[in-house]
Amino acid sequence: MGARRGPASRGRSFVPERVLAPFGRRRSEVVANEVSGGYRIVSSVDPSGPVPAAGQFYMLTCERGWGGGGERPFLPRAFSVADAVAGPEGVRLSFLLEDVGPGTHELARLGRGDGLLLTGPLGSPFSMPRELNRDAAGAILVGGGIGLAPLALWRRTLAERGLPERSLLGFRDRAHSGGMELFRCSEVRLASEDGHAGHRGYVTDLLNVMLEGDDARSSVVYACGPPPMLEAVRALCAEREVEAELAMESPMACGYGACFGCAMPLRDGGYMRLCVDGPVVRASAVETALVAGAGHR
Amino acid sequence: MSSVDLCGIELAHPIINASGTFDAIAARRAFGDAVLDEFPFSAYVSKTITPEPRVGNAPPRLWEEAAAMVNSIGLPNKGATGFLADDLPQLAELPVPLIVSVMATSSEGFAELVSAVAEREEVSAIELNVSCPNVHSGLIVGEQPSETTALLGSLRPLTGKPLIVKLTPNIADPASIAVAAEAAGADSVSLINTLKAAPLSPGGEPWLGAGSGGLSGPAVRTIALRQVADVAAAVSIPIIGMGGVESGSHARDLLAAGARVVAVGTASFRDPAAGTRIRAELVDGVAALG
Repeated sequence: MGARRGPASRGRSFVPERVLAPFGRRRSEVVANEVSGGYRIVSSVDPSGPVPAAGQFYMLTCERGWGGGGERPFLPRAFSVADAVAGPEGVRLSFLLEDVGPGTHELARLGRGDGLLLTGPLGSPFSMPRELNRDAAGAILVGGGIGLAPLALWRRTLAERGLPERSLLGFRDRAHSGGMELFRCSEVRLASEDGHAGHRGYVTDLLNVMLEGDDARSSVVYACGPPPMLEAVRALCAEREVEAELAMESPMACGYGACFGCAMPLRDGGYMRLCVDGPVVRASAVETALVAGAGHR
Repeated sequence: MSSVDLCGIELAHPIINASGTFDAIAARRAFGDAVLDEFPFSAYVSKTITPEPRVGNAPPRLWEEAAAMVNSIGLPNKGATGFLADDLPQLAELPVPLIVSVMATSSEGFAELVSAVAEREEVSAIELNVSCPNVHSGLIVGEQPSETTALLGSLRPLTGKPLIVKLTPNIADPASIAVAAEAAGADSVSLINTLKAAPLSPGGEPWLGAGSGGLSGPAVRTIALRQVADVAAAVSIPIIGMGGVESGSHARDLLAAGARVVAVGTASFRDPAAGTRIRAELVDGVAALG
Protein backbone atom coordinates (compact mmCIF):
# COMPACT_ATOMS: atom_id res chain seq x y z
CA MET A 1 0.00 0.00 0.00
CA GLY A 2 1.26 3.46 -0.82
CA ALA A 3 1.28 6.61 1.26
CA ARG A 4 -1.93 7.18 3.11
CA ARG A 5 -3.63 10.51 3.15
CA GLY A 6 -6.20 9.93 5.82
CA PRO A 7 -8.73 12.39 7.14
CA ALA A 8 -6.56 12.98 10.19
CA SER A 9 -3.50 14.05 8.29
CA ARG A 10 -5.62 16.35 6.18
CA GLY A 11 -6.76 18.12 9.31
CA ARG A 12 -10.43 17.44 8.75
CA SER A 13 -13.02 17.23 11.48
CA PHE A 14 -11.14 14.79 13.66
CA VAL A 15 -11.90 14.92 17.38
CA PRO A 16 -8.44 14.85 18.95
CA GLU A 17 -9.49 13.23 22.21
CA ARG A 18 -11.27 10.34 20.49
CA VAL A 19 -9.30 7.22 21.31
CA LEU A 20 -9.17 4.95 18.26
CA ALA A 21 -10.15 1.32 18.62
CA PRO A 22 -8.15 -1.62 17.33
CA PHE A 23 -9.82 -2.88 14.16
CA GLY A 24 -12.05 -5.86 14.84
CA ARG A 25 -13.69 -7.57 17.75
CA ARG A 26 -11.43 -9.04 20.42
CA ARG A 27 -11.73 -11.13 23.57
CA SER A 28 -11.47 -9.73 27.05
CA GLU A 29 -11.67 -11.85 30.18
CA VAL A 30 -14.21 -11.19 32.87
CA VAL A 31 -12.55 -10.61 36.25
CA ALA A 32 -15.55 -9.50 38.31
CA ASN A 33 -19.32 -9.36 38.18
CA GLU A 34 -20.64 -7.70 41.31
CA VAL A 35 -24.09 -6.74 42.49
CA SER A 36 -24.44 -3.02 43.00
CA GLY A 37 -27.90 -2.21 44.31
CA GLY A 38 -30.31 -3.14 41.53
CA TYR A 39 -27.51 -3.13 38.96
CA ARG A 40 -24.37 -5.11 38.25
CA ILE A 41 -20.84 -3.96 37.56
CA VAL A 42 -19.12 -6.27 35.10
CA SER A 43 -15.36 -5.83 34.79
CA SER A 44 -13.08 -7.44 32.25
CA VAL A 45 -9.44 -7.13 31.28
CA ASP A 46 -8.81 -6.06 27.72
CA PRO A 47 -5.35 -7.34 26.87
CA SER A 48 -4.67 -5.32 23.73
CA GLY A 49 -6.88 -2.25 23.61
CA PRO A 50 -6.10 1.34 24.59
CA VAL A 51 -7.33 3.23 27.65
CA PRO A 52 -10.62 4.80 26.56
CA ALA A 53 -11.74 8.37 27.13
CA ALA A 54 -14.80 9.06 29.29
CA GLY A 55 -17.99 9.05 27.24
CA GLN A 56 -16.76 6.46 24.78
CA PHE A 57 -18.45 3.09 24.53
CA TYR A 58 -17.88 -0.54 23.60
CA MET A 59 -19.98 -3.02 21.67
CA LEU A 60 -20.29 -6.07 23.93
CA THR A 61 -21.05 -9.70 23.13
CA CYS A 62 -20.79 -12.66 25.46
CA GLU A 63 -18.43 -15.26 24.03
CA ARG A 64 -20.95 -17.95 24.93
CA GLY A 65 -24.72 -17.90 24.96
CA TRP A 66 -25.17 -15.10 22.43
CA GLY A 67 -27.77 -16.15 19.87
CA GLY A 68 -27.33 -19.67 21.16
CA GLY A 69 -29.81 -20.87 23.74
CA GLY A 70 -32.64 -18.50 22.91
CA GLU A 71 -33.77 -16.53 19.91
CA ARG A 72 -31.98 -13.39 20.97
CA PRO A 73 -29.62 -11.64 21.54
CA PHE A 74 -28.16 -11.54 18.03
CA LEU A 75 -26.56 -8.11 17.81
CA PRO A 76 -23.90 -6.76 20.19
CA ARG A 77 -24.96 -4.26 22.84
CA ALA A 78 -23.51 -0.77 23.27
CA PHE A 79 -22.27 0.15 26.76
CA SER A 80 -20.53 3.27 27.97
CA VAL A 81 -17.40 2.49 29.89
CA ALA A 82 -17.81 3.35 33.59
CA ASP A 83 -14.22 2.83 34.64
CA ALA A 84 -10.93 2.02 32.97
CA VAL A 85 -7.65 1.31 34.73
CA ALA A 86 -4.44 0.27 32.99
CA GLY A 87 -2.63 -2.64 34.60
CA PRO A 88 0.06 -5.19 33.79
CA GLU A 89 -2.41 -7.60 32.14
CA GLY A 90 -4.22 -4.94 30.15
CA VAL A 91 -6.92 -2.36 30.70
CA ARG A 92 -9.51 -3.25 33.30
CA LEU A 93 -12.83 -2.01 31.91
CA SER A 94 -15.99 -1.76 34.00
CA PHE A 95 -19.53 -1.62 32.67
CA LEU A 96 -22.68 -0.84 34.62
CA LEU A 97 -25.73 -2.80 33.55
CA GLU A 98 -29.25 -3.73 34.54
CA ASP A 99 -30.84 -7.03 33.53
CA VAL A 100 -33.73 -5.72 31.44
CA GLY A 101 -33.61 -7.69 28.17
CA PRO A 102 -32.04 -10.68 26.43
CA GLY A 103 -28.68 -8.97 25.90
CA THR A 104 -28.27 -7.56 29.38
CA HIS A 105 -29.54 -10.87 30.79
CA GLU A 106 -26.64 -12.75 29.22
CA LEU A 107 -24.16 -10.05 30.25
CA ALA A 108 -25.47 -10.13 33.84
CA ARG A 109 -24.75 -13.89 33.98
CA LEU A 110 -21.06 -13.57 33.10
CA GLY A 111 -18.66 -15.10 35.58
CA ARG A 112 -14.95 -14.81 36.29
CA GLY A 113 -12.93 -16.24 33.43
CA ASP A 114 -15.72 -15.95 30.87
CA GLY A 115 -15.02 -14.30 27.57
CA LEU A 116 -16.48 -10.88 26.85
CA LEU A 117 -16.05 -9.96 23.19
CA LEU A 118 -15.68 -6.26 22.61
CA THR A 119 -15.18 -3.69 19.90
CA GLY A 120 -14.02 -0.31 21.05
CA PRO A 121 -13.51 2.24 22.41
CA LEU A 122 -15.94 3.88 20.02
CA GLY A 123 -17.52 7.29 19.58
CA SER A 124 -16.81 10.77 20.80
CA PRO A 125 -15.85 11.44 24.44
CA PHE A 126 -16.84 14.31 26.72
CA SER A 127 -15.19 17.66 26.03
CA MET A 128 -13.23 19.55 28.66
CA PRO A 129 -15.29 22.30 30.34
CA ARG A 130 -13.15 25.06 28.79
CA GLU A 131 -13.85 23.70 25.31
CA LEU A 132 -17.54 24.31 25.90
CA ASN A 133 -17.33 27.57 27.85
CA ARG A 134 -14.15 29.61 28.11
CA ASP A 135 -15.27 30.93 31.48
CA ALA A 136 -16.08 27.51 32.90
CA ALA A 137 -15.10 27.23 36.54
CA GLY A 138 -16.48 23.76 37.11
CA ALA A 139 -18.58 20.91 35.91
CA ILE A 140 -21.98 19.65 36.98
CA LEU A 141 -22.53 15.97 36.25
CA VAL A 142 -26.15 14.83 36.05
CA GLY A 143 -26.82 11.09 35.96
CA GLY A 144 -30.06 9.19 35.84
CA GLY A 145 -30.18 5.51 36.77
CA ILE A 146 -27.89 3.31 34.74
CA GLY A 147 -26.84 6.43 32.86
CA LEU A 148 -24.42 7.39 35.60
CA ALA A 149 -21.89 5.01 34.03
CA PRO A 150 -19.97 7.36 31.68
CA LEU A 151 -20.13 10.15 34.26
CA ALA A 152 -18.23 7.99 36.75
CA LEU A 153 -15.17 7.81 34.50
CA TRP A 154 -15.60 11.46 33.55
CA ARG A 155 -15.74 12.51 37.19
CA ARG A 156 -12.48 10.71 37.85
CA THR A 157 -10.89 12.26 34.75
CA LEU A 158 -11.89 15.76 35.88
CA ALA A 159 -10.73 15.15 39.42
CA GLU A 160 -7.34 13.91 38.24
CA ARG A 161 -6.93 17.18 36.35
CA GLY A 162 -7.92 19.18 39.40
CA LEU A 163 -11.12 20.48 37.85
CA PRO A 164 -14.00 21.07 40.28
CA GLU A 165 -17.04 18.91 39.72
CA ARG A 166 -20.30 18.27 41.46
CA SER A 167 -22.39 15.19 40.76
CA LEU A 168 -26.16 14.90 40.88
CA LEU A 169 -27.56 11.40 40.61
CA GLY A 170 -31.19 10.40 40.36
CA PHE A 171 -32.96 7.07 40.61
CA ARG A 172 -36.50 5.84 40.17
CA ASP A 173 -36.62 3.66 43.28
CA ARG A 174 -34.45 1.36 45.36
CA ALA A 175 -34.74 -1.52 42.90
CA HIS A 176 -33.59 0.70 40.08
CA SER A 177 -30.55 2.24 41.68
CA GLY A 178 -26.91 1.35 42.14
CA GLY A 179 -23.42 2.02 40.92
CA MET A 180 -22.77 4.52 43.71
CA GLU A 181 -19.39 2.98 44.50
CA LEU A 182 -18.21 4.22 41.10
CA PHE A 183 -18.54 7.74 42.57
CA ARG A 184 -16.54 7.19 45.73
CA CYS A 185 -14.66 10.17 47.12
CA SER A 186 -16.94 12.52 45.26
CA GLU A 187 -19.42 15.16 46.23
CA VAL A 188 -22.70 13.56 45.24
CA ARG A 189 -26.25 14.76 45.75
CA LEU A 190 -29.01 12.25 45.33
CA ALA A 191 -32.61 12.32 44.22
CA SER A 192 -35.08 9.48 44.03
CA GLU A 193 -38.64 9.44 42.82
CA ASP A 194 -39.75 7.24 45.75
CA GLY A 195 -37.75 9.24 48.29
CA HIS A 196 -35.61 6.29 49.43
CA ALA A 197 -32.45 8.36 49.05
CA GLY A 198 -31.90 12.10 49.00
CA HIS A 199 -34.37 14.54 47.53
CA ARG A 200 -37.77 13.05 46.75
CA GLY A 201 -38.27 13.93 43.12
CA TYR A 202 -36.21 14.28 39.99
CA VAL A 203 -32.50 14.87 39.66
CA THR A 204 -33.38 17.77 37.39
CA ASP A 205 -34.97 19.45 40.43
CA LEU A 206 -31.50 19.52 41.96
CA LEU A 207 -30.00 20.83 38.74
CA ASN A 208 -32.65 23.53 38.57
CA VAL A 209 -31.71 24.78 42.02
CA MET A 210 -28.01 24.62 41.28
CA LEU A 211 -28.37 26.61 38.09
CA GLU A 212 -30.24 29.33 40.00
CA GLY A 213 -26.99 30.17 41.73
CA ASP A 214 -24.74 33.01 40.66
CA ASP A 215 -22.20 30.64 39.24
CA ALA A 216 -24.57 29.03 36.74
CA ARG A 217 -23.01 30.82 33.79
CA SER A 218 -19.60 29.50 34.77
CA SER A 219 -20.77 25.91 34.88
CA VAL A 220 -20.86 23.26 32.22
CA VAL A 221 -23.35 20.42 32.49
CA TYR A 222 -22.67 16.83 31.48
CA ALA A 223 -25.63 14.47 31.55
CA CYS A 224 -26.50 10.87 30.85
CA GLY A 225 -29.71 9.06 31.64
CA PRO A 226 -33.08 8.06 30.28
CA PRO A 227 -34.35 10.16 27.35
CA PRO A 228 -37.00 12.08 29.36
CA MET A 229 -34.34 13.12 31.89
CA LEU A 230 -31.92 14.15 29.16
CA GLU A 231 -34.64 16.14 27.47
CA ALA A 232 -35.39 17.93 30.76
CA VAL A 233 -31.67 18.70 31.16
CA ARG A 234 -31.45 19.91 27.57
CA ALA A 235 -34.45 22.21 27.94
CA LEU A 236 -33.27 23.56 31.29
CA CYS A 237 -29.77 24.30 30.06
CA ALA A 238 -31.13 25.94 26.91
CA GLU A 239 -33.37 28.16 29.03
CA ARG A 240 -30.53 29.14 31.37
CA GLU A 241 -27.99 29.44 28.55
CA VAL A 242 -25.69 26.90 30.13
CA GLU A 243 -23.49 24.80 27.88
CA ALA A 244 -24.20 21.10 28.14
CA GLU A 245 -23.12 17.81 26.68
CA LEU A 246 -25.45 14.83 26.64
CA ALA A 247 -24.26 11.23 26.45
CA MET A 248 -27.07 9.63 24.47
CA GLU A 249 -28.17 6.13 23.69
CA SER A 250 -29.83 4.59 20.69
CA PRO A 251 -30.30 1.08 19.37
CA MET A 252 -27.38 0.33 17.07
CA ALA A 253 -26.21 -2.78 15.27
CA CYS A 254 -22.54 -2.00 14.70
CA GLY A 255 -21.24 0.98 16.71
CA TYR A 256 -18.85 2.20 13.99
CA GLY A 257 -20.99 3.93 11.40
CA ALA A 258 -21.83 0.99 9.16
CA CYS A 259 -25.48 0.25 9.86
CA PHE A 260 -26.94 3.78 9.99
CA GLY A 261 -29.40 2.53 12.58
CA CYS A 262 -28.67 5.06 15.34
CA ALA A 263 -30.12 8.06 13.53
CA MET A 264 -30.58 11.09 15.79
CA PRO A 265 -32.50 14.09 14.42
CA LEU A 266 -30.40 17.26 14.18
CA ARG A 267 -31.74 20.70 14.98
CA ASP A 268 -30.86 21.88 11.49
CA GLY A 269 -32.49 18.95 9.74
CA GLY A 270 -31.31 15.51 8.76
CA TYR A 271 -29.75 13.02 11.13
CA MET A 272 -26.47 12.24 12.78
CA ARG A 273 -25.19 8.76 13.47
CA LEU A 274 -24.97 8.60 17.23
CA CYS A 275 -22.16 6.01 17.13
CA VAL A 276 -19.62 8.09 15.20
CA ASP A 277 -20.99 11.64 15.62
CA GLY A 278 -21.85 10.91 19.28
CA PRO A 279 -22.70 9.39 21.68
CA VAL A 280 -21.66 12.58 23.47
CA VAL A 281 -23.36 15.48 21.70
CA ARG A 282 -23.66 19.20 22.33
CA ALA A 283 -27.11 19.74 23.78
CA SER A 284 -27.58 22.69 21.45
CA ALA A 285 -27.10 20.46 18.39
CA VAL A 286 -30.21 18.36 18.89
CA GLU A 287 -33.83 19.34 18.69
CA THR A 288 -34.81 16.86 21.37
CA ALA A 289 -33.18 14.20 23.48
CA LEU A 290 -36.18 11.91 23.14
CA VAL A 291 -34.88 9.06 21.01
CA ALA A 292 -37.23 6.92 18.94
CA GLY A 293 -36.76 3.20 19.40
CA ALA A 294 -35.02 3.36 22.74
CA GLY A 295 -37.47 0.84 24.20
CA HIS A 296 -36.39 -2.23 22.22
CA ARG A 297 -34.11 -4.13 24.51
CA MET B 1 -6.10 -18.62 -1.99
CA SER B 2 -5.66 -17.62 -5.60
CA SER B 3 -7.11 -14.45 -6.99
CA VAL B 4 -10.56 -14.23 -8.52
CA ASP B 5 -11.64 -12.61 -11.76
CA LEU B 6 -14.88 -10.65 -11.46
CA CYS B 7 -15.83 -9.28 -14.88
CA GLY B 8 -12.20 -8.53 -15.64
CA ILE B 9 -11.45 -7.06 -12.21
CA GLU B 10 -8.79 -9.06 -10.43
CA LEU B 11 -9.65 -9.58 -6.78
CA ALA B 12 -7.06 -10.89 -4.32
CA HIS B 13 -9.61 -13.27 -2.76
CA PRO B 14 -13.34 -13.99 -3.02
CA ILE B 15 -14.65 -12.03 0.00
CA ILE B 16 -16.15 -8.57 -0.54
CA ASN B 17 -18.72 -6.52 1.39
CA ALA B 18 -22.43 -6.17 0.74
CA SER B 19 -23.50 -2.64 -0.12
CA GLY B 20 -24.52 -0.61 2.89
CA THR B 21 -22.97 -2.83 5.52
CA PHE B 22 -19.48 -1.35 5.90
CA ASP B 23 -18.89 2.40 5.76
CA ALA B 24 -15.15 2.59 5.13
CA ILE B 25 -15.05 6.34 5.78
CA ALA B 26 -16.82 6.09 9.13
CA ALA B 27 -14.71 3.04 10.02
CA ARG B 28 -11.56 5.13 9.63
CA ARG B 29 -12.96 7.59 12.16
CA ALA B 30 -13.40 4.74 14.65
CA PHE B 31 -10.36 2.58 13.89
CA GLY B 32 -7.96 4.90 12.08
CA ASP B 33 -5.69 3.68 9.30
CA ALA B 34 -5.81 0.13 10.65
CA VAL B 35 -8.85 -0.13 8.38
CA LEU B 36 -6.53 0.33 5.38
CA ASP B 37 -3.78 -1.92 6.70
CA GLU B 38 -6.19 -4.72 7.63
CA PHE B 39 -8.90 -4.13 5.02
CA PRO B 40 -11.14 -7.21 5.17
CA PHE B 41 -12.43 -7.21 1.60
CA SER B 42 -10.93 -7.73 -1.85
CA ALA B 43 -13.23 -5.08 -3.33
CA TYR B 44 -15.27 -2.36 -1.69
CA VAL B 45 -18.92 -1.84 -2.59
CA SER B 46 -20.18 1.61 -1.61
CA LYS B 47 -23.44 2.39 0.07
CA THR B 48 -26.08 3.14 -2.55
CA ILE B 49 -26.00 6.67 -3.90
CA THR B 50 -28.96 8.44 -5.49
CA PRO B 51 -29.07 11.47 -7.81
CA GLU B 52 -30.15 13.83 -5.01
CA PRO B 53 -29.15 13.76 -1.32
CA ARG B 54 -31.34 11.75 1.03
CA VAL B 55 -31.50 12.00 4.83
CA GLY B 56 -32.93 8.52 5.27
CA ASN B 57 -35.95 7.19 7.11
CA ALA B 58 -37.28 8.34 10.44
CA PRO B 59 -36.13 6.17 13.36
CA PRO B 60 -36.51 3.57 14.68
CA ARG B 61 -34.52 1.99 11.87
CA LEU B 62 -33.53 -1.33 13.44
CA TRP B 63 -35.15 -4.39 14.91
CA GLU B 64 -33.34 -7.39 16.36
CA GLU B 65 -34.81 -10.74 15.40
CA ALA B 66 -33.85 -14.35 16.00
CA ALA B 67 -30.54 -14.86 14.16
CA ALA B 68 -31.39 -11.82 12.10
CA MET B 69 -32.14 -8.14 12.05
CA VAL B 70 -34.54 -5.92 10.19
CA ASN B 71 -33.35 -2.58 8.89
CA SER B 72 -35.18 0.34 7.40
CA ILE B 73 -32.47 2.90 6.76
CA GLY B 74 -33.81 4.61 3.65
CA LEU B 75 -30.57 5.07 1.70
CA PRO B 76 -29.20 8.20 3.38
CA ASN B 77 -26.48 9.59 1.12
CA LYS B 78 -24.97 12.85 -0.08
CA GLY B 79 -26.34 12.54 -3.61
CA ALA B 80 -24.21 12.17 -6.72
CA THR B 81 -22.49 15.54 -6.46
CA GLY B 82 -21.64 15.17 -2.78
CA PHE B 83 -20.49 11.59 -3.20
CA LEU B 84 -18.21 12.34 -6.12
CA ALA B 85 -16.71 15.41 -4.43
CA ASP B 86 -16.41 14.24 -0.81
CA ASP B 87 -16.60 10.48 -0.56
CA LEU B 88 -15.02 9.14 -3.72
CA PRO B 89 -11.57 10.65 -3.06
CA GLN B 90 -11.55 9.03 0.38
CA LEU B 91 -12.78 5.69 -0.94
CA ALA B 92 -10.06 5.81 -3.59
CA GLU B 93 -7.54 5.51 -0.74
CA LEU B 94 -8.76 1.99 0.00
CA PRO B 95 -6.32 -0.70 -1.10
CA VAL B 96 -8.89 -2.53 -3.24
CA PRO B 97 -11.04 -1.96 -6.37
CA LEU B 98 -14.09 0.20 -5.85
CA ILE B 99 -17.63 -0.76 -6.89
CA VAL B 100 -20.21 2.02 -6.60
CA SER B 101 -23.85 1.15 -5.91
CA VAL B 102 -26.40 3.46 -7.55
CA MET B 103 -30.16 3.83 -7.53
CA ALA B 104 -32.61 6.17 -9.26
CA THR B 105 -36.35 6.24 -9.82
CA SER B 106 -36.18 6.65 -13.59
CA SER B 107 -33.99 5.38 -16.39
CA GLU B 108 -32.95 8.99 -17.03
CA GLY B 109 -31.87 9.35 -13.40
CA PHE B 110 -29.98 6.06 -13.60
CA ALA B 111 -28.32 7.15 -16.84
CA GLU B 112 -27.05 10.41 -15.40
CA LEU B 113 -25.77 8.65 -12.31
CA VAL B 114 -24.07 5.84 -14.22
CA SER B 115 -22.45 8.29 -16.62
CA ALA B 116 -21.14 10.50 -13.84
CA VAL B 117 -19.79 7.61 -11.80
CA ALA B 118 -18.38 5.57 -14.68
CA GLU B 119 -16.21 8.37 -15.97
CA ARG B 120 -14.26 8.47 -12.71
CA GLU B 121 -11.15 6.36 -13.02
CA GLU B 122 -11.31 5.42 -9.31
CA VAL B 123 -14.43 3.36 -10.05
CA SER B 124 -13.94 -0.21 -11.26
CA ALA B 125 -17.58 -1.28 -11.59
CA ILE B 126 -21.13 -0.14 -10.90
CA GLU B 127 -23.80 -2.05 -9.04
CA LEU B 128 -27.39 -1.20 -9.97
CA ASN B 129 -29.75 -1.22 -6.99
CA VAL B 130 -33.03 -1.92 -8.79
CA SER B 131 -35.21 -2.50 -5.73
CA CYS B 132 -37.02 0.79 -6.28
CA PRO B 133 -40.11 1.81 -8.21
CA ASN B 134 -39.85 3.37 -11.64
CA VAL B 135 -41.77 6.64 -11.31
CA HIS B 136 -43.06 6.27 -14.87
CA SER B 137 -44.41 2.72 -14.67
CA GLY B 138 -44.88 2.40 -10.92
CA LEU B 139 -43.24 -1.01 -11.13
CA ILE B 140 -40.24 -2.16 -9.15
CA VAL B 141 -37.53 -2.47 -11.79
CA GLY B 142 -35.92 -5.48 -10.21
CA GLU B 143 -39.21 -7.35 -9.93
CA GLN B 144 -40.03 -7.21 -13.68
CA PRO B 145 -37.90 -8.79 -16.41
CA SER B 146 -39.21 -6.25 -18.93
CA GLU B 147 -38.26 -3.31 -16.71
CA THR B 148 -34.82 -4.81 -16.12
CA THR B 149 -34.32 -5.31 -19.85
CA ALA B 150 -35.35 -1.73 -20.58
CA LEU B 151 -33.10 -0.25 -17.91
CA LEU B 152 -30.04 -2.23 -19.00
CA GLY B 153 -30.82 -1.30 -22.59
CA SER B 154 -30.50 2.36 -21.70
CA LEU B 155 -27.45 2.01 -19.45
CA ARG B 156 -25.32 -0.53 -21.32
CA PRO B 157 -24.25 1.88 -24.10
CA LEU B 158 -23.08 4.45 -21.53
CA THR B 159 -20.05 2.64 -20.19
CA GLY B 160 -17.67 -0.19 -20.83
CA LYS B 161 -17.23 -0.72 -17.10
CA PRO B 162 -18.89 -3.75 -15.57
CA LEU B 163 -22.54 -3.35 -14.61
CA ILE B 164 -23.73 -5.56 -11.76
CA VAL B 165 -27.47 -6.01 -11.16
CA LYS B 166 -28.48 -6.51 -7.51
CA LEU B 167 -31.33 -9.00 -7.45
CA THR B 168 -34.22 -8.91 -5.03
CA PRO B 169 -35.26 -12.11 -3.26
CA ASN B 170 -38.83 -10.83 -2.96
CA ILE B 171 -40.19 -12.42 -6.12
CA ALA B 172 -41.06 -15.96 -7.07
CA ASP B 173 -38.36 -16.37 -9.71
CA PRO B 174 -35.21 -14.25 -9.23
CA ALA B 175 -33.54 -16.23 -12.05
CA SER B 176 -35.95 -14.63 -14.54
CA ILE B 177 -34.51 -11.22 -13.67
CA ALA B 178 -30.97 -12.56 -13.92
CA VAL B 179 -31.70 -13.96 -17.38
CA ALA B 180 -33.14 -10.63 -18.50
CA ALA B 181 -30.15 -8.77 -17.08
CA GLU B 182 -27.66 -11.06 -18.79
CA ALA B 183 -29.45 -10.81 -22.14
CA ALA B 184 -29.46 -7.01 -21.90
CA GLY B 185 -25.73 -6.84 -21.28
CA ALA B 186 -25.23 -7.01 -17.52
CA ASP B 187 -21.77 -8.30 -16.57
CA SER B 188 -22.73 -9.81 -13.23
CA VAL B 189 -25.59 -10.24 -10.80
CA SER B 190 -25.46 -10.02 -7.01
CA LEU B 191 -27.92 -11.62 -4.63
CA ILE B 192 -29.69 -11.74 -2.29
CA ASN B 193 -30.87 -8.34 -1.16
CA THR B 194 -32.83 -8.22 2.11
CA LEU B 195 -36.22 -9.87 2.49
CA LYS B 196 -39.20 -7.63 3.12
CA ALA B 197 -40.18 -7.75 6.77
CA ALA B 198 -42.45 -5.82 9.14
CA PRO B 199 -41.64 -6.12 12.86
CA LEU B 200 -44.25 -5.05 15.38
CA SER B 201 -43.81 -3.35 18.72
CA PRO B 202 -44.89 -5.20 21.88
CA GLY B 203 -48.16 -3.25 21.55
CA GLY B 204 -48.75 -4.57 18.04
CA GLU B 205 -47.92 -1.37 16.19
CA PRO B 206 -45.38 -1.13 13.36
CA TRP B 207 -42.02 -0.71 15.07
CA LEU B 208 -39.96 0.83 12.30
CA GLY B 209 -40.33 4.49 11.45
CA ALA B 210 -40.94 3.60 7.81
CA GLY B 211 -43.36 0.81 8.72
CA SER B 212 -41.38 -2.06 7.23
CA GLY B 213 -37.85 -2.96 6.26
CA GLY B 214 -35.54 -5.74 5.12
CA LEU B 215 -34.44 -8.87 6.97
CA SER B 216 -30.81 -10.02 6.93
CA GLY B 217 -28.49 -12.22 8.94
CA PRO B 218 -27.95 -15.96 9.39
CA ALA B 219 -31.69 -16.63 9.20
CA VAL B 220 -31.70 -15.91 5.43
CA ARG B 221 -28.64 -18.02 4.57
CA THR B 222 -30.43 -21.07 3.22
CA ILE B 223 -32.71 -18.84 1.14
CA ALA B 224 -29.60 -17.29 -0.41
CA LEU B 225 -28.14 -20.73 -1.11
CA ARG B 226 -31.28 -21.76 -2.97
CA GLN B 227 -31.58 -18.55 -4.97
CA VAL B 228 -27.88 -18.45 -5.91
CA ALA B 229 -28.15 -22.03 -7.14
CA ASP B 230 -31.26 -21.18 -9.17
CA VAL B 231 -29.60 -18.16 -10.75
CA ALA B 232 -26.37 -20.07 -11.41
CA ALA B 233 -28.37 -22.66 -13.34
CA ALA B 234 -29.89 -19.94 -15.52
CA VAL B 235 -27.03 -17.58 -16.42
CA SER B 236 -23.34 -17.77 -17.22
CA ILE B 237 -22.24 -14.32 -15.99
CA PRO B 238 -20.45 -14.31 -12.62
CA ILE B 239 -22.54 -14.21 -9.46
CA ILE B 240 -21.82 -12.30 -6.28
CA GLY B 241 -23.50 -14.40 -3.60
CA MET B 242 -24.54 -13.11 -0.21
CA GLY B 243 -26.98 -13.73 2.59
CA GLY B 244 -26.23 -14.58 6.20
CA VAL B 245 -22.59 -15.54 5.71
CA GLU B 246 -20.96 -15.81 9.14
CA SER B 247 -18.09 -18.25 8.55
CA GLY B 248 -15.71 -19.65 6.01
CA SER B 249 -17.84 -22.73 5.54
CA HIS B 250 -20.87 -20.54 4.80
CA ALA B 251 -18.82 -18.76 2.13
CA ARG B 252 -17.69 -22.09 0.72
CA ASP B 253 -21.32 -23.21 0.49
CA LEU B 254 -22.24 -20.16 -1.58
CA LEU B 255 -19.23 -20.67 -3.85
CA ALA B 256 -20.30 -24.29 -4.30
CA ALA B 257 -23.82 -23.12 -5.14
CA GLY B 258 -22.41 -21.15 -8.03
CA ALA B 259 -21.16 -17.81 -6.71
CA ARG B 260 -17.86 -16.45 -8.05
CA VAL B 261 -17.49 -14.01 -5.16
CA VAL B 262 -19.10 -13.93 -1.70
CA ALA B 263 -20.22 -10.77 0.04
CA VAL B 264 -20.33 -10.37 3.82
CA GLY B 265 -23.02 -8.08 5.20
CA THR B 266 -24.70 -8.28 8.58
CA ALA B 267 -21.75 -10.20 10.05
CA SER B 268 -19.68 -7.01 9.76
CA PHE B 269 -22.08 -5.24 12.12
CA ARG B 270 -21.27 -7.77 14.83
CA ASP B 271 -17.54 -7.72 14.16
CA PRO B 272 -16.00 -5.10 11.88
CA ALA B 273 -13.25 -7.57 10.95
CA ALA B 274 -15.64 -10.44 10.25
CA GLY B 275 -14.58 -10.44 6.59
CA THR B 276 -10.97 -11.09 7.57
CA ARG B 277 -11.94 -14.05 9.73
CA ILE B 278 -14.27 -15.48 7.10
CA ARG B 279 -11.58 -15.24 4.43
CA ALA B 280 -9.07 -16.96 6.72
CA GLU B 281 -11.55 -19.74 7.53
CA LEU B 282 -12.29 -20.16 3.84
CA VAL B 283 -8.58 -20.51 3.04
CA ASP B 284 -8.07 -22.95 5.91
CA GLY B 285 -11.12 -24.95 4.87
CA VAL B 286 -9.97 -25.20 1.26
CA ALA B 287 -6.50 -26.24 2.44
CA ALA B 288 -8.00 -28.87 4.73
CA LEU B 289 -9.97 -30.31 1.82
CA GLY B 290 -6.63 -30.71 0.06
